[in-house]
Order: sequence, then C-alpha cells, then structure tokens
Amino acid sequence: MSDTSVPLVKTSGLTLWLPLALFSGFVALVLVGLLRPASREVQSAMIGKPLPAFSLKPAIPDIPGLAHTNFVGGKPRLLNIFASWCVPCAAEAPQLEALRRSGIEIDGVAIRDTQADLRLFFARNGNPYSRIGADNVSAVQFAIGSSGVPESFIVDGRGIIRYQHIGDIRPEQVEIILARLKEAEH
Amino acid sequence: MIANFGLAALWFAAALAILQMVAAGLSIRRDNPVLAGLVRPAAIVQGLLAAAAFGALIALFWRTDLSVKLVAMNSHSAKPLLYKIAGTWGNHEGSMLLWVTIMGLAGAFVALVERRLTERAMLATLGAQAFVSIGFYAFLLVASNPFERLNPAPPEGLGLNPLLQDPGLAFHPPTLYFGYVGLSIAFSFAVGALITREVSPLFARTMRPWVLGAWIFLTLGITAGSYWAYYELGWGGWWFWDPVENASLMPWLAATALLHSVSVLASRNALRAWTVMLGVVAFSMSMIGTFLVRSGILTSVHAFAVDPTRGTFILVLLAIYIGGALLLFALRAATVTEGQRFTVTSREGALVCNNVMLTATLGIVLIGTLYPLLAEAMGNKVSVGPPYFNPMSAMFVLPMLVVMGVGPLLRWRRDKLVRIGRRLIAPAFFSAGGMIFMLVKGASALPALGMMVAAGLLVASLMPLSGRRLRMVTLPLWGMVLAHFGVAVALFGMAADSAFTKERLIAARIGQTTDVGPWKVELQTIMPVAGPNWTALEGALAATYQGDHTVILRTQSRSFWAPFQQTNESALHTRWNGQLYVVLGDQVEGGRWQLRLWWKPFVTLIWLGGVLIALGGLLALTGRVASDLRRLVAVNMIAYRRKRQGR
Repeated sequence: MSDTSVPLVKTSGLTLWLPLALFSGFVALVLVGLLRPASREVQSAMIGKPLPAFSLKPAIPDIPGLAHTNFVGGKPRLLNIFASWCVPCAAEAPQLEALRRSGIEIDGVAIRDTQADLRLFFARNGNPYSRIGADNVSAVQFAIGSSGVPESFIVDGRGIIRYQHIGDIRPEQVEIILARLKEAEH
Repeated sequence: MIANFGLAALWFAAALAILQMVAAGLSIRRDNPVLAGLVRPAAIVQGLLAAAAFGALIALFWRTDLSVKLVAMNSHSAKPLLYKIAGTWGNHEGSMLLWVTIMGLAGAFVALVERRLTERAMLATLGAQAFVSIGFYAFLLVASNPFERLNPAPPEGLGLNPLLQDPGLAFHPPTLYFGYVGLSIAFSFAVGALITREVSPLFARTMRPWVLGAWIFLTLGITAGSYWAYYELGWGGWWFWDPVENASLMPWLAATALLHSVSVLASRNALRAWTVMLGVVAFSMSMIGTFLVRSGILTSVHAFAVDPTRGTFILVLLAIYIGGALLLFALRAATVTEGQRFTVTSREGALVCNNVMLTATLGIVLIGTLYPLLAEAMGNKVSVGPPYFNPMSAMFVLPMLVVMGVGPLLRWRRDKLVRIGRRLIAPAFFSAGGMIFMLVKGASALPALGMMVAAGLLVASLMPLSGRRLRMVTLPLWGMVLAHFGVAVALFGMAADSAFTKERLIAARIGQTTDVGPWKVELQTIMPVAGPNWTALEGALAATYQGDHTVILRTQSRSFWAPFQQTNESALHTRWNGQLYVVLGDQVEGGRWQLRLWWKPFVTLIWLGGVLIALGGLLALTGRVASDLRRLVAVNMIAYRRKRQGR
C-alpha cells in the first residue's frame, strides 16, 4: 500500500496522556482562582497614579473653579463627578452633605451643566462642594477614568488617586468612604 | 405538599441512579442476568422521577408558592404567567434541576429504544450515564436544593431579573440545555466503548443520531441566544465573546467535530481513538462551561449564582468525571487499533482537516476565556475581547470553510484534486467577485475575506447535488448540503454586518431628524406607558427608507419595580436587505433624549443561517432514524419468516 496514513492520535506513547495533563492544568488554575477571593470591583487603571493636569473654570461665579494643583494640600480630598441633570446625583446629595459635616473637603466636577440648572440643583439638594469646575466636554472626566455620573475619587494629600467609587454613594457606604479617606492619609 | 413530593421524587431518582450504576458495574464484571435486567428499567424510572420533580417545581412557580425559598427569591405574584413558568429555570437551582431532568430523560430514552449495541456495551453506557447523574443529583440535594422552604412564608416574592422577562428566555435555556446535556449521551457511549473496548463502526452508527440530536438543539440554542442578546441588551451586537457565549460555543465546536469524525468512523472505520476522545471532550466542554459560569470565577452577565461553595462542588465533579474519562482514555486508547488508512486528498482527509481546525478554534476560544483567570493568578487584571477572538478564530475558521466547500466533492479513501477541478471554477469565480466587491467598497481585511469565502461557499455548498438526480438524493445528503449552505448564509451576514453597519449616537430633540445609512429617522414623541410590572417612557420614531415608505418604530426605556431595574427595549424594522435598530436611552440636559441608531445590512442572515444549519441537522437525523427503522423492520420480518418456515 502506498497510502500515507494520517495518524491523528498516535496509538502509543505519551500523547494519550496529554489531554489529562492539560485538564489537570485547568483544574490547578481554577483552584487558584477559587481559593483567592476575587474582587468584583472595577479597578480604575488610574489608581495609584497622580491626577492628570487640568484646570477647569468655575461652574458658578461665586464658587472657585478646580485645578489639579488644588489637590496637593497634604490632606485627602473627595473628588465628585456630578451633574444637575443626573437623578442619582440628587439621591447622593445627603451622603455628600454628611461627609462634608464630618470634615471632608469635597470638590465637584460638573458635567455638561449650566449655571441656572446648578443653582436650582443646589437650592433643592444643598451644596457640599468647596470648589466646582465646569467640564462641558467631559475631558477631565475621561482623563481620570470615569465613564458616568456620579462617581467619586479619593485623592490623597500628594495628588495621587487612591480610590474610585462608581455610582452614587449610598447611606450605608458613607462609612466605607470615610475609612478609605483615613487610609489615604498615610 | 407539592414541594415535599418534588423533593421525594428527587431523592428516589438519585437512589435509582445509584442502583443503575452498581447493577451495570457488577454485571459487566461478571455476567449476571438478574442485575443486568435491572439496569434499563432503573434508567427509565429514574428519568421519569426527575421529570416529576421538575414538574413539581413548575407547579410551585405557577402557583407562586412563596413558602418555597426559590420561588420567593425569583418570582412575584404580579408577573405574567409565561414568566412565572419560565422563572422555573431562570435561576441556579431550577436550571440545575432541568439539567438532571434532561440527563435522566435522555438516559431513559436510550434505555428504551437503543438495541443495536451489544448488551455489555449498553450496560457500560447506561452505567456511565448513571455515574454522571449521581454527581449532579448530589450537587442538587446537598448544595442547591430547589425545594428548600421558608417559614414563615414572605408576603411577596422578590421578582425575576427583568432582562430575563422576555419570550425568548422561555425557550432559549431549555433548548441549550437539551444540547449540553444531550452530549452526556455521547460521553457515556464513549466511556462505555472504552470500558468494553468496543470501538467499531456499529458504535459510531449508534452514537450518531444522539450526537446529531444534541447538536441540533445546541445550534438552535446558540442562534436564539445570539438574537436575544442582540435585541434585548440593546447594544446592537450579535456576539460579544462573553464567557457564557463561549461556554455554549465550545461544546458546539466539539460536537461539530464529533459529528464529522463519527461519520468517518461509521462509514470508513477510521479515526477510532479520535472519535472516542471527541465524545469525551464535547460533554466535558458542556460541564466546564457550566462550571465557569456558575462558580462566579469568571464575571459575566449570566452569572446568576455566584457562589464559591457551589463552584468547588462542581469542580470536584469535573475532576472526577472529566479526569476519570481522560485517564480511562489514556489507559485504553492504546489498545484501540488505528483503523483504515487513507490519503490526504480524500473525503477522510478533508474531514480530518475540519476536525483539526475545529479543535484549534475550540482551543483558541478556551484560552481566550481562561486567560483572564491565568493573568489574575499571576497578579494582573486583563479582559480578553474581540481584538483577540475575531482574528484568531478567523485564522482557523476561514481556511476550514474553504475545505468545507471542497471536501464533500472528494471521494472516500483516495482522490485527486484534478478530478474535481472543473467543478470548483464557479465557486472560485464567485469568491473573486465577492472579494473585488468588498475591496471596491473599502471594507477591512477580515470582513473582505469573510465575504470572499461566503460567496464561494454559497455555490460550492450546493455542488454535491450537481450531476445527481434530485429525487435519488438521500435525506442525510440533503441535510449536509443545507447545513453547509446555512454556514455560507450566516458568514455572508456576518461579513456584511461588520463591513457596512452604520451607527449613530445622538441626543435628539423631539421633532429632530437624523440620517443613518439609507434611513431618515425622526423622533416624534416621548410618551409614558405602563405594562403589567413595569412603567416605561416610549419614544415613537418615524423612519423613512430612501425617501419613501415610512414606518413607525416604538422603543422603550423600561423601569421594572420588582426588582427595580431599568432596561432598554430596542425597536427593530426588518427589510429583506437588513435591519434598522433603534434604542431609547436616558434624558440628557436641555430636554433631549439619547438615541442609538443602527442600520445593519443583511444582519438577519446570521440567524437565518443558524436556523438552516439546524434544519440541515434535522433532515440528516430524520434520514438516519428512518433508515434505521427500515432496517429494524426488515430484520424483524426476516426473523418472523424464518420462524414460520421452521414451524
């Protein structure tokens, strides 16, 4: 016979053990994954990195605007991305107020907003912000790795981003934020 | 009462599975007609009991019996009846019960009708099937009891995830499960063959209809799932390489390879060890996929039961079943002789090529799915997406499809390409046409290559019919042609969609008109509407195709209240040459509304192709079963005549 045979699986030798070896590798890998408690949070690529350089004009004339240089005062600050047209931002307002009352300095970045809308928003929900920068094209928002409103960032006294909170801060999460701020002091 | 009945049925089913396994195991070692006689009835009753338990759970969901924890956690009295029933399998425990039910019923069906194999091989197969079932019964009873009670019963249930409240969901998971779990039969046949060392064309012929049946369900399930994700998630894509999608694709790839290698074994007595291997791999992929999704080890939109304890439990089951089968394979495959030989240019050669390519694609999908896990073990966080999957899988799939066009024209054992050369002229012509068209239109490389292969395949897949009298063509051949044609149709849709889709994301005022592809779309009104368990803002859009023929599309941004969640209900308008797809998003500043608009040329062909592939499978299955039945009747007739003559 001149036929060239195509032996897909050699009927002897170590090849037959290969599937079992591969599968054992899979089990080992998965065991590592199962035993280590995986964190389900979306980790920002910006955590541990300094704030990008930016300088935003004031969103309302009577409150100062915001620049990256405001974050090197030695104390951790909370950077809150928000908008008057965002419903969860209004829901978050009491928690921000509580944080402000416990001595946290909060800076805001207002996304695609107007003065009139912001005044109405503050009249209804109160104003926890020390400074508010107007980001009308979401440039700063994207630069620090935020994709929606509201989001909050903890920035330590040297201007390094330490923590990202996606979505509104719920009442039960105020404690977590406070603890993270405390950690950022070191 | 119903809950107690269901739980009791489940325990009895588990006990019968143990009996089935022990009786089969003992009677294989030493001939024992009494014990052997128990195996088939045990398989049948076990299947019926599992089905009764599942029926009891459906009844509990139907009546919204809130004293059952599972119902209270996943249902709500204000839900439409269809979703109450569909809610039975829209959660972890219920879907695992569905899993063992299908497994039990499949085993029962085999025990009832399958008479072709030797009794020993049958016993080994049913024993293996029971062995696998026992693990899943234990998993249900120990770690995810669907009949657990709540005392006192809560006044109201928590409701079903709104994304799952869709008619598509009522049928998509059961369909997929029939496929996944149907492959357990192939697994058991393969293990049975390894135990008894009976790997023969008869074994392949026996296994083939079962593989074909599971494969048809898988194909339909994947097609339906893809369409569901397309219109329900509102992202406008039809495949996301999400771990769950991959979990359904991997068994499908393995089953497709198995389907082709089983044909080689059945008609040519070649590829013996390889076919057994694929039989083990196909169901292993079903189990691995289920594990990856259910353990929560990979994050996914489908991970509705993220629980490490359950994950560990399933991992142990995996290690026992897959590890055991692979160990058996390693020990026994050396004793399986190689079988008939053949040249590279032959039908077998083409099928081997298909098998290698499919397996390589399977490897690529598996690696891409597991890589984030590997990276995390090494301290990195990555996600793997379309930039990896698309080119890597195309690298193997496109050449494979070229072979798929040529292979069916080749003869078994040995052939020459020169012989069929003239029949390839037309497909080559169409391929070139497709390529030129795409290059003129400025499409990128991957869609252009896809269109080239699709255009050629549309013709080449019909070639096996040329020169034959159509009335004489057997059903399995019709099935193959139709399935291969379906692949070409689906590929055509994919290439057209990825090359020519037009997308617009705008913030529109009421009365504003936008262009997307050949359409002009006007946002007419935004009105509040209310449904049975949701309220919504409904946007009405008037869409005009190339200046005439206006249609009204209604898209909703829905708020469900139990549990609270917002979903976007897309609106679609289908034409023969594509679909207009619109989604209403949130309100943005200045009284404007986010709108996403897509014009997707020929996108519907993707799912039409999927349905054609499944129909092809159905034709082949019908043909095989019919000829088996004819053979059975003939054999019985001969036996009957002999008996009468002897008298």
